[in-house]
Amino acid sequence: MEYEIKPQRKFDFGLKELWSYKELFYFFAWRDIKVKYKQTVLGFLWAILQPFVTMLVFTFFFGKLLQMPSSNLPYPVFVLSGLLLWNIFSSGVVNAGNSMVHNSNIIKKIYFPRLIIPLSAILVSVFDFLMAFMIFLAVLFYFKFHSNINIHWLGLILFLPISVLLACIASFGIGTLMAALNIKYRDFRYLIPFMIQTLLFITPVIYPISIVKSLVLKKILAINPMYAAIEILRGSMTGIYPDIQLILISMFSSFVLLFSGILFFRKTEYYFADLI
Amino acid sequence: MKPILEINNIGKKFRIQHELKSYLSLRDSVMGIFKNTRTTYEEFYALKNISFNVNAGEAIGIVGKNGSGKSTLLKILSKITPPSEGKIISRGRIAGLLEVGTGFHHELTGRENVYLNGSILGMKRTEIRSKFDEIIDFSGTEKFLDTPLKHYSSGMQLRLAFAVAAFLEPEIMIIDEVLAVGDAEFQKKCMGKMEDASKKEGKTILFVSHDLNAITNLTQKAILLKTGTIDSFDSSIKIVEKYLQNASAETTYRKQIRDEIHYPVISSVNIKTSFPDNTHVAEEKLILEIELLVPVQIPKTVTWMSVQISDFKEKGFVHVSTTSREIKLCKEPGVQKVICTFPRLKLYMGHYHVNVFLAGPPGEKIYDVVKNVCPFEVIIIGKEYDWKWRPELCAYFEDVNWNIN
Repeated sequence: MEYEIKPQRKFDFGLKELWSYKELFYFFAWRDIKVKYKQTVLGFLWAILQPFVTMLVFTFFFGKLLQMPSSNLPYPVFVLSGLLLWNIFSSGVVNAGNSMVHNSNIIKKIYFPRLIIPLSAILVSVFDFLMAFMIFLAVLFYFKFHSNINIHWLGLILFLPISVLLACIASFGIGTLMAALNIKYRDFRYLIPFMIQTLLFITPVIYPISIVKSLVLKKILAINPMYAAIEILRGSMTGIYPDIQLILISMFSSFVLLFSGILFFRKTEYYFADLI
Repeated sequence: MKPILEINNIGKKFRIQHELKSYLSLRDSVMGIFKNTRTTYEEFYALKNISFNVNAGEAIGIVGKNGSGKSTLLKILSKITPPSEGKIISRGRIAGLLEVGTGFHHELTGRENVYLNGSILGMKRTEIRSKFDEIIDFSGTEKFLDTPLKHYSSGMQLRLAFAVAAFLEPEIMIIDEVLAVGDAEFQKKCMGKMEDASKKEGKTILFVSHDLNAITNLTQKAILLKTGTIDSFDSSIKIVEKYLQNASAETTYRKQIRDEIHYPVISSVNIKTSFPDNTHVAEEKLILEIELLVPVQIPKTVTWMSVQISDFKEKGFVHVSTTSREIKLCKEPGVQKVICTFPRLKLYMGHYHVNVFLAGPPGEKIYDVVKNVCPFEVIIIGKEYDWKWRPELCAYFEDVNWNIN
């Protein structure tokens, strides 16, 4: 085995090297999950409780008081399906964005492909999603027997993984971008929560895209990388096809962000240890 | 056979930013906020023109003062930071051991931390599993395997951390001052393990240390770094001698405090010898001025300080300690200056240096250790002796009464 250490390497995504470090990736995610739930009294219940309570609050204000339309679904089912995916994105971006700074003492002392750190931070969000998905199933069954709603189970099973994957891609793209920027300019630590909060309102989580009448505005809103993930999941349950053009716009923007996020991260990666 | 490591013309450049501020008038100052502040950069080489080869199975020591570029060189070799110039060709797996216990997490148990740390150091899971019992055995912490690390004493954490690192199996090991901590017995165990790795298993080792004795014991060749360049590359003994000659001008040691501190630290040590330039006449008064930086007061427990004077083989000649009743240390936050006076230092001629320790009550936390500072030479002037004072004649002077009955 012979290799070189040189300044300014040629650019590559480093996927081969990343793969050879897959065990470390697993260990980082395992550590974060373990530590997160070890330090709390309620443990795993938090992952379930938090989206459930948010669902109740949103249902009361938006569903009951504001009479928000909800594309043929009971409002709680509608909002919870959006919230679960949104949480992958929001906690994924926040965790990934802060992950490099949090792990700075490891970065300063040992070499491994740095992409592992934001990547494993997102895996923690996916783990939270899997926990919270149980409460979603419970809510679905409740409405199934209570108000006899029509759910396309097969569609849900088929399209759920695609939605989750799209949410991961969206959070990884923006997350890596934030992680790299956060090291250069620590202001991003304050900017990330603000950005997430703003994004929530321009993502169809609490409202359906149908309340927006202007086609141009719809297209602008669809640039949001989370748009496709949420619309695909809801469309799969109701059996109503979402606007394929809007979905493609969202997916395209998601991949552009993923590509530029990784590109920027890899370009600054070599100097992380000097900057931290 | 080709060398296992070829280091060709390595350089590392840093840019230091200077901001030009003008305080010509208030109007200018206010307008300055809206203008781009002019910034200039100064380029500075932490390392320059570093070239050397390492053959498989060699152990090479690296010595140099603080700021001579030792850490930067280690960081480049272990791929943590890239060089700005030159290239390194490596023909083996490099494991950088710049710290023991990297990534240890206080909430996780000992067992979990072994797996996590091992994985961070580049071991495969199956590899850790097969060596797990040996690691635990070496560390001597088997009773606490399933206890969270936060309940471990700092010594136990260190032993566990070193045990994981000791079972790494790379072809090339890069070791920073990891042995400067821990109790003497464990240090000996670690040195033994490293000697085995180098001499019996034929691993290639690059070793940075202030412990010159460890350098001479473990390595055959050494590099002396001076302000970012290689001053000389020779046999370890010659390098250690040269380093000691170079070092003798420093009268004051000052700690570089970069991170936030939670415990008292020894921030500076200054030596006042009877002659300037760290030369001391035997049996004259020697003064050490030690400054402590206390971030928070430590009212409940007693803090001890001890001062050791030893030679470059780390053989101690003098060891003195404060007593808890008379000297109250670290009772309030701030800087505390402690003056340690030897009215008549009886050491025989030779080269010595100072070690300072700061600790809580026995068995509890060691706050800070400063080793190998304020080197000084003891010379003999004006002492009556018809023969010649020669080195190694004795270790210290003693008062004596001769009588004839």
